[in-house]
Amino acid sequence: MNLVLDAVCKRFGDGKQAQLVLDRISLAMHTGQFLALLGSSGSGKSTLMRLVAGLEQPSSGSISLDGQPIRGPGSDRGMVFQKYSLYPWLTAAQNVAFGMELQGLERAEIRERTGFYLEVVGLAESARRLPRELSGGMQQRVAIARALAADPRVLLLDEPFGALDLQIRESMQEFLFGLWRRTGLSVLLITHDIDEALLLAQQVHILAPRPGRIVESLTVELNKDNLQDLRLSPAFQSLRHRVADTLRQLDGELA
Amino acid sequence: MLRPLRPLMRHPWTLGVAGIALVFGIWALLAGLQLVDKLFLPTPAAVLAAGQESAANGELWSDITASLLRVLAGFGLSALVALPLGIAMGANASFCRLLEPLLALLRYMPAPAFIPLLIIYFGLGELPKVLLIFIGTLFFNTLMIMDAVKFVPRELLETALTLGGKKRDLLLRVIAPFIAPQVLDAFRINMAAAWNLVIVAELVAADSGLGKRITLAQRFLRTDQIFLGLIVIGLIGLVIDLSFRLLMRRACSWAN
Repeated sequence: MNLVLDAVCKRFGDGKQAQLVLDRISLAMHTGQFLALLGSSGSGKSTLMRLVAGLEQPSSGSISLDGQPIRGPGSDRGMVFQKYSLYPWLTAAQNVAFGMELQGLERAEIRERTGFYLEVVGLAESARRLPRELSGGMQQRVAIARALAADPRVLLLDEPFGALDLQIRESMQEFLFGLWRRTGLSVLLITHDIDEALLLAQQVHILAPRPGRIVESLTVELNKDNLQDLRLSPAFQSLRHRVADTLRQLDGELA
Repeated sequence: MLRPLRPLMRHPWTLGVAGIALVFGIWALLAGLQLVDKLFLPTPAAVLAAGQESAANGELWSDITASLLRVLAGFGLSALVALPLGIAMGANASFCRLLEPLLALLRYMPAPAFIPLLIIYFGLGELPKVLLIFIGTLFFNTLMIMDAVKFVPRELLETALTLGGKKRDLLLRVIAPFIAPQVLDAFRINMAAAWNLVIVAELVAADSGLGKRITLAQRFLRTDQIFLGLIVIGLIGLVIDLSFRLLMRRACSWAN
Protein backbone atom coordinates (compact mmCIF):
# COMPACT_ATOMS: atom_id res chain seq x y z
CA MET A 1 0.00 0.00 0.00
CA ASN A 2 1.33 3.38 -0.98
CA LEU A 3 -0.70 6.46 -0.28
CA VAL A 4 0.73 9.63 -1.80
CA LEU A 5 -0.58 13.16 -1.51
CA ASP A 6 1.16 15.62 -3.78
CA ALA A 7 0.66 19.38 -3.31
CA VAL A 8 -3.01 18.95 -2.48
CA CYS A 9 -5.00 22.21 -2.24
CA LYS A 10 -8.64 22.55 -1.37
CA ARG A 11 -10.73 25.67 -1.82
CA PHE A 12 -14.35 26.13 -0.85
CA GLY A 13 -16.53 28.69 -2.60
CA ASP A 14 -15.95 30.63 -5.80
CA GLY A 15 -14.51 33.98 -6.82
CA LYS A 16 -13.85 36.50 -4.06
CA GLN A 17 -15.50 34.36 -1.44
CA ALA A 18 -13.20 31.44 -2.19
CA GLN A 19 -11.46 30.22 0.91
CA LEU A 20 -8.30 28.19 0.89
CA VAL A 21 -8.76 25.37 3.40
CA LEU A 22 -5.77 23.20 2.56
CA ASP A 23 -2.52 24.57 1.19
CA ARG A 24 -0.14 22.28 -0.73
CA ILE A 25 -0.33 19.20 1.48
CA SER A 26 2.21 16.57 0.53
CA LEU A 27 2.79 13.35 2.38
CA ALA A 28 3.33 9.67 1.78
CA MET A 29 2.61 6.54 3.75
CA HIS A 30 3.21 2.87 3.14
CA THR A 31 1.96 -0.48 4.33
CA GLY A 32 1.89 -1.03 8.06
CA GLN A 33 2.53 2.59 8.94
CA PHE A 34 0.62 4.43 11.64
CA LEU A 35 0.45 8.09 10.69
CA ALA A 36 -1.24 10.91 12.57
CA LEU A 37 -2.34 14.34 11.39
CA LEU A 38 -2.42 16.63 14.39
CA GLY A 39 -4.07 20.01 14.32
CA SER A 40 -6.50 22.29 16.09
CA SER A 41 -9.87 23.25 14.68
CA GLY A 42 -9.63 25.15 11.40
CA SER A 43 -6.59 23.20 10.28
CA GLY A 44 -8.65 21.46 7.63
CA LYS A 45 -7.73 18.04 8.94
CA SER A 46 -11.21 16.59 8.49
CA THR A 47 -11.35 17.99 4.97
CA LEU A 48 -8.02 16.33 4.26
CA MET A 49 -9.42 13.01 5.46
CA ARG A 50 -12.50 13.44 3.28
CA LEU A 51 -10.23 14.02 0.28
CA VAL A 52 -8.32 10.82 0.97
CA ALA A 53 -11.62 8.97 1.42
CA GLY A 54 -12.74 10.33 -1.95
CA LEU A 55 -15.78 12.06 -0.46
CA GLU A 56 -14.45 15.38 -1.80
CA GLN A 57 -12.18 16.21 -4.71
CA PRO A 58 -9.02 18.33 -4.34
CA SER A 59 -8.99 21.73 -6.07
CA SER A 60 -5.47 21.03 -7.25
CA GLY A 61 -2.73 18.50 -6.62
CA SER A 62 -3.21 14.75 -6.62
CA ILE A 63 -3.91 11.87 -4.29
CA SER A 64 -3.12 8.34 -5.30
CA LEU A 65 -3.29 4.91 -3.75
CA ASP A 66 -0.85 2.38 -5.16
CA GLY A 67 -0.35 4.58 -8.19
CA GLN A 68 -4.07 4.90 -8.95
CA PRO A 69 -5.52 8.40 -8.58
CA ILE A 70 -8.43 8.58 -6.14
CA ARG A 71 -11.65 9.53 -7.91
CA GLY A 72 -14.30 8.67 -5.35
CA PRO A 73 -15.01 6.70 -2.21
CA GLY A 74 -14.21 3.00 -2.22
CA SER A 75 -13.77 0.04 0.05
CA ASP A 76 -9.97 0.15 -0.28
CA ARG A 77 -10.04 3.06 2.17
CA GLY A 78 -12.08 2.21 5.27
CA MET A 79 -13.30 5.21 7.22
CA VAL A 80 -14.37 5.58 10.83
CA PHE A 81 -16.17 8.79 11.71
CA GLN A 82 -16.26 10.48 15.11
CA LYS A 83 -19.83 9.40 15.82
CA TYR A 84 -23.30 8.53 14.52
CA SER A 85 -22.00 6.16 11.93
CA LEU A 86 -23.49 2.84 13.02
CA TYR A 87 -26.78 1.95 11.36
CA PRO A 88 -29.20 2.14 14.29
CA TRP A 89 -31.60 -0.45 12.85
CA LEU A 90 -28.89 -3.09 12.48
CA THR A 91 -27.36 -5.18 15.25
CA ALA A 92 -23.63 -5.02 15.92
CA ALA A 93 -23.09 -8.11 13.76
CA GLN A 94 -25.29 -6.78 10.95
CA ASN A 95 -23.36 -3.51 11.03
CA VAL A 96 -20.09 -5.40 10.67
CA ALA A 97 -21.57 -7.45 7.83
CA PHE A 98 -22.94 -4.36 6.04
CA GLY A 99 -19.91 -3.58 3.89
CA MET A 100 -19.36 -7.20 2.93
CA GLU A 101 -22.99 -7.40 1.83
CA LEU A 102 -22.59 -4.27 -0.29
CA GLN A 103 -19.59 -5.90 -1.91
CA GLY A 104 -21.65 -9.01 -2.63
CA LEU A 105 -19.60 -11.52 -0.68
CA GLU A 106 -20.98 -15.00 -0.09
CA ARG A 107 -23.13 -15.55 2.96
CA ALA A 108 -20.92 -18.14 4.60
CA GLU A 109 -17.90 -15.90 4.21
CA ILE A 110 -19.78 -12.89 5.57
CA ARG A 111 -20.86 -14.84 8.64
CA GLU A 112 -17.38 -16.15 9.26
CA ARG A 113 -15.67 -12.78 8.87
CA THR A 114 -18.31 -10.98 10.92
CA GLY A 115 -17.63 -13.37 13.79
CA PHE A 116 -13.91 -12.98 13.35
CA TYR A 117 -13.87 -9.17 13.40
CA LEU A 118 -16.31 -8.95 16.31
CA GLU A 119 -13.87 -11.22 18.12
CA VAL A 120 -10.96 -8.96 17.11
CA VAL A 121 -12.62 -5.93 18.71
CA GLY A 122 -13.73 -7.97 21.72
CA LEU A 123 -17.47 -7.75 21.11
CA ALA A 124 -18.42 -11.31 20.19
CA GLU A 125 -20.92 -11.36 23.04
CA SER A 126 -22.65 -8.19 21.87
CA ALA A 127 -23.21 -9.43 18.31
CA ARG A 128 -26.99 -9.27 18.54
CA ARG A 129 -27.30 -5.96 20.33
CA LEU A 130 -28.50 -2.76 18.67
CA PRO A 131 -26.16 0.26 18.65
CA ARG A 132 -28.30 2.12 21.20
CA GLU A 133 -27.71 -0.77 23.60
CA LEU A 134 -23.93 -0.33 23.31
CA SER A 135 -21.71 2.22 25.08
CA GLY A 136 -19.93 4.89 23.04
CA GLY A 137 -16.66 3.00 23.17
CA MET A 138 -18.30 -0.25 22.09
CA GLN A 139 -20.02 1.54 19.23
CA GLN A 140 -16.69 2.83 17.93
CA ARG A 141 -15.22 -0.67 18.21
CA VAL A 142 -18.06 -1.96 16.06
CA ALA A 143 -17.39 0.85 13.57
CA ILE A 144 -13.71 -0.15 13.44
CA ALA A 145 -14.64 -3.83 13.01
CA ARG A 146 -17.00 -2.88 10.20
CA ALA A 147 -14.30 -0.88 8.43
CA LEU A 148 -11.78 -3.73 8.83
CA ALA A 149 -14.23 -6.38 7.64
CA ALA A 150 -14.54 -4.55 4.30
CA ASP A 151 -10.83 -5.37 3.84
CA PRO A 152 -9.41 -1.88 3.25
CA ARG A 153 -5.80 -1.22 2.31
CA VAL A 154 -5.70 1.74 4.69
CA LEU A 155 -7.85 2.62 7.69
CA LEU A 156 -8.86 6.29 7.96
CA LEU A 157 -9.81 7.38 11.48
CA ASP A 158 -11.37 10.84 11.83
CA GLU A 159 -11.16 11.71 15.53
CA PRO A 160 -12.59 8.29 16.31
CA PHE A 161 -12.46 8.76 20.08
CA GLY A 162 -13.22 12.49 20.20
CA ALA A 163 -16.75 12.01 21.52
CA LEU A 164 -15.76 9.61 24.30
CA ASP A 165 -15.08 10.23 27.99
CA LEU A 166 -11.43 10.56 28.94
CA GLN A 167 -11.22 7.18 30.70
CA ILE A 168 -12.78 5.33 27.82
CA ARG A 169 -10.73 7.28 25.33
CA GLU A 170 -7.52 6.07 26.95
CA SER A 171 -8.58 2.45 26.92
CA MET A 172 -9.71 2.80 23.30
CA GLN A 173 -6.31 4.23 22.40
CA GLU A 174 -4.67 1.19 23.91
CA PHE A 175 -7.12 -1.05 22.10
CA LEU A 176 -6.34 0.60 18.76
CA PHE A 177 -2.62 0.49 19.34
CA GLY A 178 -2.76 -3.20 20.24
CA LEU A 179 -4.86 -3.89 17.17
CA TRP A 180 -2.36 -2.14 14.94
CA ARG A 181 0.57 -4.05 16.46
CA ARG A 182 -1.23 -7.38 16.13
CA THR A 183 -2.48 -6.95 12.58
CA GLY A 184 0.01 -4.75 10.76
CA LEU A 185 -2.74 -2.41 9.57
CA SER A 186 -2.01 0.84 7.81
CA VAL A 187 -3.63 3.61 9.83
CA LEU A 188 -4.12 7.29 9.08
CA LEU A 189 -5.41 9.01 12.21
CA ILE A 190 -6.73 12.53 12.51
CA THR A 191 -6.77 14.10 15.93
CA HIS A 192 -6.45 17.29 17.91
CA ASP A 193 -5.29 15.29 20.93
CA ILE A 194 -1.50 15.60 21.28
CA ASP A 195 -1.21 12.56 23.56
CA GLU A 196 -3.19 10.44 21.18
CA ALA A 197 -1.04 11.36 18.19
CA LEU A 198 2.28 10.86 20.00
CA LEU A 199 1.27 7.68 21.80
CA LEU A 200 -0.14 5.86 18.80
CA ALA A 201 1.55 7.11 15.65
CA GLN A 202 5.03 6.46 14.30
CA GLN A 203 4.96 9.68 12.40
CA VAL A 204 3.05 12.86 13.23
CA HIS A 205 2.36 15.69 10.82
CA ILE A 206 1.45 18.93 12.57
CA LEU A 207 -1.06 21.06 10.72
CA ALA A 208 -1.29 24.84 11.04
CA PRO A 209 -4.71 26.42 10.71
CA ARG A 210 -6.14 28.81 8.10
CA PRO A 211 -5.14 27.64 5.63
CA GLY A 212 -4.35 24.10 6.72
CA ARG A 213 -0.74 23.24 5.97
CA ILE A 214 1.89 20.89 7.31
CA VAL A 215 4.41 22.88 9.37
CA GLU A 216 6.30 20.09 11.02
CA SER A 217 6.67 16.35 10.61
CA LEU A 218 8.18 14.33 13.37
CA THR A 219 9.03 10.70 13.84
CA VAL A 220 8.15 9.42 17.28
CA GLU A 221 10.92 7.22 18.60
CA LEU A 222 9.74 6.07 21.98
CA ASN A 223 9.48 2.65 23.57
CA LYS A 224 5.78 1.83 23.21
CA ASP A 225 5.63 -1.51 24.96
CA ASN A 226 3.55 -0.06 27.76
CA LEU A 227 1.43 2.95 26.89
CA GLN A 228 0.41 3.57 30.50
CA ASP A 229 4.04 3.95 31.57
CA LEU A 230 4.85 5.89 28.45
CA ARG A 231 2.21 8.53 29.25
CA LEU A 232 4.07 9.32 32.48
CA SER A 233 7.62 9.02 31.20
CA PRO A 234 9.81 12.20 31.08
CA ALA A 235 10.76 11.60 27.44
CA PHE A 236 7.11 11.55 26.43
CA GLN A 237 6.25 14.55 28.59
CA SER A 238 9.01 16.71 27.14
CA LEU A 239 8.05 15.80 23.57
CA ARG A 240 4.46 16.52 24.47
CA HIS A 241 5.35 19.96 25.82
CA ARG A 242 7.33 20.82 22.73
CA VAL A 243 4.45 19.89 20.43
CA ALA A 244 1.98 21.74 22.66
CA ASP A 245 4.16 24.87 22.38
CA THR A 246 4.22 24.56 18.61
CA LEU A 247 0.43 24.27 18.44
CA ARG A 248 -0.02 27.18 20.83
CA GLN A 249 2.23 29.41 18.74
CA LEU A 250 0.30 28.49 15.60
CA ASP A 251 -2.96 29.46 17.25
CA GLY A 252 -1.33 32.58 18.72
CA GLU A 253 -0.31 33.84 15.30
CA LEU A 254 -3.97 34.15 14.50
CA ALA A 255 -5.07 35.85 17.69
CA MET B 1 -58.68 -1.45 50.55
CA LEU B 2 -57.29 0.21 47.46
CA ARG B 3 -54.12 -1.84 47.49
CA PRO B 4 -55.22 -4.45 44.91
CA LEU B 5 -56.10 -1.60 42.55
CA ARG B 6 -52.65 -0.12 42.58
CA PRO B 7 -51.21 -1.95 39.56
CA LEU B 8 -54.35 -0.95 37.68
CA MET B 9 -53.88 2.69 38.64
CA ARG B 10 -50.33 2.61 37.36
CA HIS B 11 -51.33 1.15 34.01
CA PRO B 12 -50.65 3.79 31.33
CA TRP B 13 -54.17 3.46 29.91
CA THR B 14 -56.08 3.88 33.16
CA LEU B 15 -56.20 7.67 33.14
CA GLY B 16 -57.04 7.86 29.44
CA VAL B 17 -59.95 5.46 29.82
CA ALA B 18 -61.08 7.40 32.90
CA GLY B 19 -61.09 10.64 30.89
CA ILE B 20 -63.33 9.14 28.22
CA ALA B 21 -65.57 7.52 30.84
CA LEU B 22 -65.96 10.86 32.60
CA VAL B 23 -67.30 12.58 29.48
CA PHE B 24 -69.67 9.69 28.79
CA GLY B 25 -70.78 9.85 32.43
CA ILE B 26 -71.61 13.55 32.19
CA TRP B 27 -73.45 12.90 28.94
CA ALA B 28 -75.49 10.07 30.49
CA LEU B 29 -76.25 12.23 33.51
CA LEU B 30 -77.36 15.27 31.48
CA ALA B 31 -79.49 13.16 29.17
CA GLY B 32 -80.82 10.92 31.95
CA LEU B 33 -81.96 13.82 34.11
CA GLN B 34 -83.56 15.34 30.98
CA LEU B 35 -81.84 18.64 31.66
CA VAL B 36 -81.57 19.07 27.90
CA ASP B 37 -84.32 18.36 25.39
CA LYS B 38 -83.73 14.82 24.15
CA LEU B 39 -84.19 16.00 20.62
CA PHE B 40 -80.86 17.82 21.05
CA LEU B 41 -79.15 15.38 23.38
CA PRO B 42 -80.17 11.75 22.96
CA THR B 43 -79.49 9.32 25.80
CA PRO B 44 -76.61 6.84 25.44
CA ALA B 45 -79.26 4.12 25.35
CA ALA B 46 -80.98 5.77 22.38
CA VAL B 47 -77.67 6.02 20.53
CA LEU B 48 -76.95 2.37 21.30
CA ALA B 49 -80.37 1.43 20.00
CA ALA B 50 -79.75 3.43 16.84
CA GLY B 51 -76.50 1.53 16.48
CA GLN B 52 -78.18 -1.85 16.89
CA GLU B 53 -80.84 -0.93 14.37
CA SER B 54 -78.29 0.31 11.87
CA ALA B 55 -76.08 -2.77 12.36
CA ALA B 56 -79.08 -5.09 11.99
CA ASN B 57 -80.28 -3.62 8.70
CA GLY B 58 -76.71 -3.54 7.37
CA GLU B 59 -76.49 0.22 6.85
CA LEU B 60 -73.74 0.64 9.43
CA TRP B 61 -71.45 -1.85 7.68
CA SER B 62 -72.09 -0.56 4.18
CA ASP B 63 -71.48 3.02 5.36
CA ILE B 64 -68.24 2.06 7.11
CA THR B 65 -67.06 0.11 4.07
CA ALA B 66 -67.88 2.95 1.69
CA SER B 67 -66.02 5.55 3.76
CA LEU B 68 -63.06 3.28 4.47
CA LEU B 69 -62.60 2.33 0.83
CA ARG B 70 -62.53 6.00 -0.16
CA VAL B 71 -59.94 6.75 2.49
CA LEU B 72 -57.81 3.76 1.49
CA ALA B 73 -57.96 4.65 -2.19
CA GLY B 74 -57.27 8.37 -1.72
CA PHE B 75 -54.62 7.95 0.93
CA GLY B 76 -53.02 4.98 -0.80
CA LEU B 77 -52.66 7.03 -3.95
CA SER B 78 -51.27 9.94 -1.98
CA ALA B 79 -48.70 7.73 -0.23
CA LEU B 80 -47.72 6.14 -3.53
CA VAL B 81 -46.96 9.55 -5.07
CA ALA B 82 -45.57 11.17 -1.91
CA LEU B 83 -42.94 8.48 -1.26
CA PRO B 84 -40.89 8.87 -4.45
CA LEU B 85 -41.57 12.61 -4.62
CA GLY B 86 -40.57 13.25 -1.00
CA ILE B 87 -37.48 11.08 -1.27
CA ALA B 88 -36.41 12.79 -4.49
CA MET B 89 -36.92 16.23 -2.93
CA GLY B 90 -35.05 15.25 0.22
CA ALA B 91 -32.14 13.76 -1.69
CA ASN B 92 -31.77 16.32 -4.47
CA ALA B 93 -31.35 20.01 -3.65
CA SER B 94 -32.31 21.32 -7.10
CA PHE B 95 -35.44 19.22 -7.21
CA CYS B 96 -36.32 20.49 -3.75
CA ARG B 97 -35.79 24.13 -4.72
CA LEU B 98 -37.99 23.57 -7.77
CA LEU B 99 -40.95 22.07 -5.93
CA GLU B 100 -40.86 23.22 -2.32
CA PRO B 101 -42.38 26.72 -2.87
CA LEU B 102 -45.11 25.21 -5.02
CA LEU B 103 -45.97 22.60 -2.40
CA ALA B 104 -45.85 25.19 0.39
CA LEU B 105 -48.37 27.25 -1.56
CA LEU B 106 -50.66 24.34 -2.36
CA ARG B 107 -50.53 23.14 1.21
CA TYR B 108 -52.19 26.34 2.40
CA MET B 109 -55.12 25.93 0.04
CA PRO B 110 -57.75 24.12 2.09
CA ALA B 111 -58.58 20.85 0.39
CA PRO B 112 -62.38 21.27 0.84
CA ALA B 113 -62.11 24.44 -1.26
CA PHE B 114 -61.29 22.15 -4.19
CA ILE B 115 -64.65 20.38 -3.93
CA PRO B 116 -66.53 22.67 -6.35
CA LEU B 117 -63.82 22.24 -8.97
CA LEU B 118 -63.69 18.49 -8.42
CA ILE B 119 -67.45 18.27 -8.87
CA ILE B 120 -67.33 20.34 -12.06
CA TYR B 121 -64.51 18.19 -13.44
CA PHE B 122 -65.52 14.74 -12.27
CA GLY B 123 -69.17 14.88 -11.25
CA LEU B 124 -70.53 13.27 -8.10
CA GLY B 125 -69.06 9.77 -8.31
CA GLU B 126 -66.23 8.15 -6.38
CA LEU B 127 -63.38 9.81 -8.25
CA PRO B 128 -63.81 13.37 -6.87
CA LYS B 129 -63.99 12.02 -3.29
CA VAL B 130 -60.85 9.95 -3.73
CA LEU B 131 -59.11 12.91 -5.36
CA LEU B 132 -60.13 15.21 -2.52
CA ILE B 133 -58.38 12.93 -0.05
CA PHE B 134 -55.43 12.64 -2.41
CA ILE B 135 -55.07 16.43 -2.71
CA GLY B 136 -55.64 16.99 0.99
CA THR B 137 -52.88 14.62 2.11
CA LEU B 138 -50.35 14.60 -0.73
CA PHE B 139 -48.53 17.80 0.17
CA PHE B 140 -48.26 17.03 3.87
CA ASN B 141 -47.08 13.48 3.19
CA THR B 142 -44.53 14.70 0.66
CA LEU B 143 -43.09 17.47 2.83
CA MET B 144 -42.84 15.24 5.89
CA ILE B 145 -41.07 12.51 3.93
CA MET B 146 -38.76 15.11 2.40
CA ASP B 147 -37.82 16.32 5.87
CA ALA B 148 -37.15 12.78 7.06
CA VAL B 149 -34.79 12.22 4.14
CA LYS B 150 -32.98 15.51 4.75
CA PHE B 151 -32.20 14.41 8.28
CA VAL B 152 -30.51 11.17 7.29
CA PRO B 153 -27.06 11.73 8.89
CA ARG B 154 -24.41 12.37 6.26
CA GLU B 155 -22.10 9.92 8.03
CA LEU B 156 -24.52 7.04 7.42
CA LEU B 157 -24.54 7.73 3.69
CA GLU B 158 -20.81 8.29 3.44
CA THR B 159 -20.02 5.21 5.51
CA ALA B 160 -21.92 3.09 2.99
CA LEU B 161 -19.85 4.63 0.18
CA THR B 162 -16.55 3.98 1.96
CA LEU B 163 -17.62 0.38 2.57
CA GLY B 164 -17.91 -0.25 -1.13
CA GLY B 165 -21.53 0.79 -1.64
CA LYS B 166 -22.61 2.53 -4.82
CA LYS B 167 -24.96 5.49 -5.00
CA ARG B 168 -27.84 3.24 -5.99
CA ASP B 169 -27.35 1.23 -2.77
CA LEU B 170 -28.02 4.28 -0.62
CA LEU B 171 -31.77 4.46 -1.23
CA LEU B 172 -32.64 0.90 -0.26
CA ARG B 173 -29.90 0.15 2.23
CA VAL B 174 -29.63 3.45 4.12
CA ILE B 175 -32.35 6.01 3.35
CA ALA B 176 -35.36 3.68 3.31
CA PRO B 177 -34.69 1.94 6.63
CA PHE B 178 -33.69 5.21 8.29
CA ILE B 179 -36.84 7.11 7.33
CA ALA B 180 -39.26 4.18 7.81
CA PRO B 181 -40.37 5.15 11.33
CA GLN B 182 -40.85 8.82 10.40
CA VAL B 183 -42.77 7.86 7.28
CA LEU B 184 -45.08 5.63 9.29
CA ASP B 185 -45.59 8.44 11.78
CA ALA B 186 -46.32 10.93 9.00
CA PHE B 187 -48.87 8.51 7.55
CA ARG B 188 -50.46 8.06 10.96
CA ILE B 189 -50.84 11.81 11.46
CA ASN B 190 -52.04 12.54 7.92
CA MET B 191 -54.46 9.65 8.02
CA ALA B 192 -56.50 11.77 10.42
CA ALA B 193 -56.78 14.44 7.72
CA ALA B 194 -57.87 11.81 5.19
CA TRP B 195 -60.55 10.61 7.55
CA ASN B 196 -61.76 14.18 8.04
CA LEU B 197 -61.88 14.81 4.32
CA VAL B 198 -63.90 11.72 3.46
CA ILE B 199 -66.62 12.87 5.84
CA VAL B 200 -66.53 16.37 4.34
CA ALA B 201 -66.84 14.91 0.84
CA GLU B 202 -69.77 12.77 1.89
CA LEU B 203 -71.48 15.68 3.62
CA VAL B 204 -71.41 17.58 0.34
CA ALA B 205 -72.43 14.87 -2.08
CA ALA B 206 -72.70 11.13 -1.67
CA ASP B 207 -75.20 8.32 -1.57
CA SER B 208 -73.32 6.20 0.95
CA GLY B 209 -70.82 6.56 3.77
CA LEU B 210 -70.79 7.74 7.36
CA GLY B 211 -70.84 11.42 6.38
CA LYS B 212 -73.86 10.82 4.19
CA ARG B 213 -75.63 9.06 7.09
CA ILE B 214 -75.08 12.10 9.30
CA THR B 215 -76.56 14.54 6.74
CA LEU B 216 -79.56 12.29 6.27
CA ALA B 217 -80.06 12.09 10.03
CA GLN B 218 -79.98 15.87 10.22
CA ARG B 219 -82.84 16.08 7.74
CA PHE B 220 -84.99 13.91 10.00
CA LEU B 221 -83.76 15.42 13.26
CA ARG B 222 -82.35 12.02 14.27
CA THR B 223 -79.68 13.29 16.68
CA ASP B 224 -79.24 9.73 17.98
CA GLN B 225 -78.02 8.71 14.52
CA ILE B 226 -75.76 11.77 14.33
CA PHE B 227 -74.21 10.84 17.65
CA LEU B 228 -73.81 7.27 16.46
CA GLY B 229 -72.08 8.46 13.28
CA LEU B 230 -69.70 10.71 15.20
CA ILE B 231 -68.78 7.99 17.68
CA VAL B 232 -68.20 5.40 14.95
CA ILE B 233 -66.01 7.86 13.01
CA GLY B 234 -63.99 8.55 16.16
CA LEU B 235 -63.60 4.87 16.98
CA ILE B 236 -62.43 3.94 13.50
CA GLY B 237 -59.92 6.79 13.59
CA LEU B 238 -58.64 5.54 16.92
CA VAL B 239 -58.27 2.01 15.59
CA ILE B 240 -56.33 3.28 12.58
CA ASP B 241 -54.07 5.35 14.82
CA LEU B 242 -53.38 2.42 17.13
CA SER B 243 -52.70 0.12 14.18
CA PHE B 244 -50.05 2.49 12.88
CA ARG B 245 -48.47 2.68 16.33
CA LEU B 246 -48.47 -1.09 16.59
CA LEU B 247 -46.99 -1.46 13.12
CA MET B 248 -44.28 1.02 14.02
CA ARG B 249 -43.44 -0.77 17.25
CA ARG B 250 -43.22 -4.07 15.39
CA ALA B 251 -41.41 -2.95 12.28
CA CYS B 252 -39.13 -0.25 13.69
CA SER B 253 -38.41 -1.36 17.23
CA TRP B 254 -34.95 0.20 16.97
CA ALA B 255 -36.47 3.70 16.87
CA ASN B 256 -38.48 3.45 20.08
